Amino acid sequence: MKQCLVVDDSSVIRKVARRILEDMNFDITEAEDGQQALDECRKTMPDAILLDWNMPVMDGLEFLTSLRGEDGGEKPIVVFCTTENDVAHIARAIRAGANEYIMKPFDREIVEAKFQEVGLI
Amino acid sequence: MTPAEFEFLKKFLKDKSGLVLSNDKQYLVESRLLPVARTAKLDTLSGLIGNMQRGGNSKLENDVIEAMTTNESFFFRDKTPFDHFNDTMLPALLEARARTRALKIWCAAASSGQEPYSLGICLKEAGPKLAGWRTRILGTDLSNEVLEKAKAGLYSQFEVQRGLPIQMLLKYFDQKGDMWQINPDMRAMIEWRKLNLLDNFSHLGEFDILFCRNVLIYFDQQTKSEILDRLAKMVPDDGFLVLGAAETVVGLTDAFKPVPGKRGLFQRKQAAARPGAVAPRLVAGASTR
Repeated sequence: MKQCLVVDDSSVIRKVARRILEDMNFDITEAEDGQQALDECRKTMPDAILLDWNMPVMDGLEFLTSLRGEDGGEKPIVVFCTTENDVAHIARAIRAGANEYIMKPFDREIVEAKFQEVGLI
Repeated sequence: MTPAEFEFLKKFLKDKSGLVLSNDKQYLVESRLLPVARTAKLDTLSGLIGNMQRGGNSKLENDVIEAMTTNESFFFRDKTPFDHFNDTMLPALLEARARTRALKIWCAAASSGQEPYSLGICLKEAGPKLAGWRTRILGTDLSNEVLEKAKAGLYSQFEVQRGLPIQMLLKYFDQKGDMWQINPDMRAMIEWRKLNLLDNFSHLGEFDILFCRNVLIYFDQQTKSEILDRLAKMVPDDGFLVLGAAETVVGLTDAFKPVPGKRGLFQRKQAAARPGAVAPRLVAGASTR
């Protein structure tokens, strides 16, 4: 079973994402901010990361930049999932090593389409 | 809606658009036509059908046909046909059309434009291989409403997130407020026309690639066969027909044959199996361009 780390400071979003991803046969772990996510990755590197941008402590972009510098940190496929929906933010995320980008609000179809796009399903 | 009203609607749609409405599609009729009835200030489906029965309201008739035949569309829908396009059709035609350097593609159920634009993106991505080639994409649909949308190339955030890789969004679209618009270069690649597949379309000329996905499913067997036979006249022997994943030509026409191992992909003749039959047509086709 593939592992997906869901990183979002909103418990509601984490719950929605968990439900969608569990139906897609992913094993889910959760983190509330970038620092927690980094700690999780240092324990077990997941196959996929669904990543919010704006979070307390450490934001998504900072996390991604740190992750890609970690040992084995190039492995997870990172899909941003954020309300930041302008070209400048998207371009920054891609440059920092994001594989895909979901603009909130999202639904099951979008998550499936994006995960399919990057070969996760 | 009474059974008689449903029967009237069934016959109307069959005659005007070829759409075959089975008896279990009452819910579809309600969900699609109630908004049409409201817009026309007729309130109920009975009111709408009564108005149609009195005749003479061609605007309303057109709106009903459009509402019943319009389908949801995604960018790169089903993915496989676009893999076939990049990996099978394009390489074969790059070779076969090397002399004329022209490629014509027809999307016969273009809907709101995602399929033709997806093919346009494939052509752009093929880059230098197509340098100096004349490529033309024609998108046709029964519905004016969707063609207007296709022409504008303006899509919601939801629409651009289904099937379109994020890099393609950045590369080929401009952000317009809450919407995303495909760039003018891409819009200029495609010609849009209203067309009913039940009508004569032979004047459109010849096409190397013909996408006709998820539209024949609405017709009965005889109409399907008849449309496929007419489509076959538009495609040279080494050209390609693409149908929906669940569609086939088997049992409908002998004019197209499945390409082995390529789901949804068909050719007039299997080129490899009949090399002698293909070569002369190829030359003839090239000389008319």
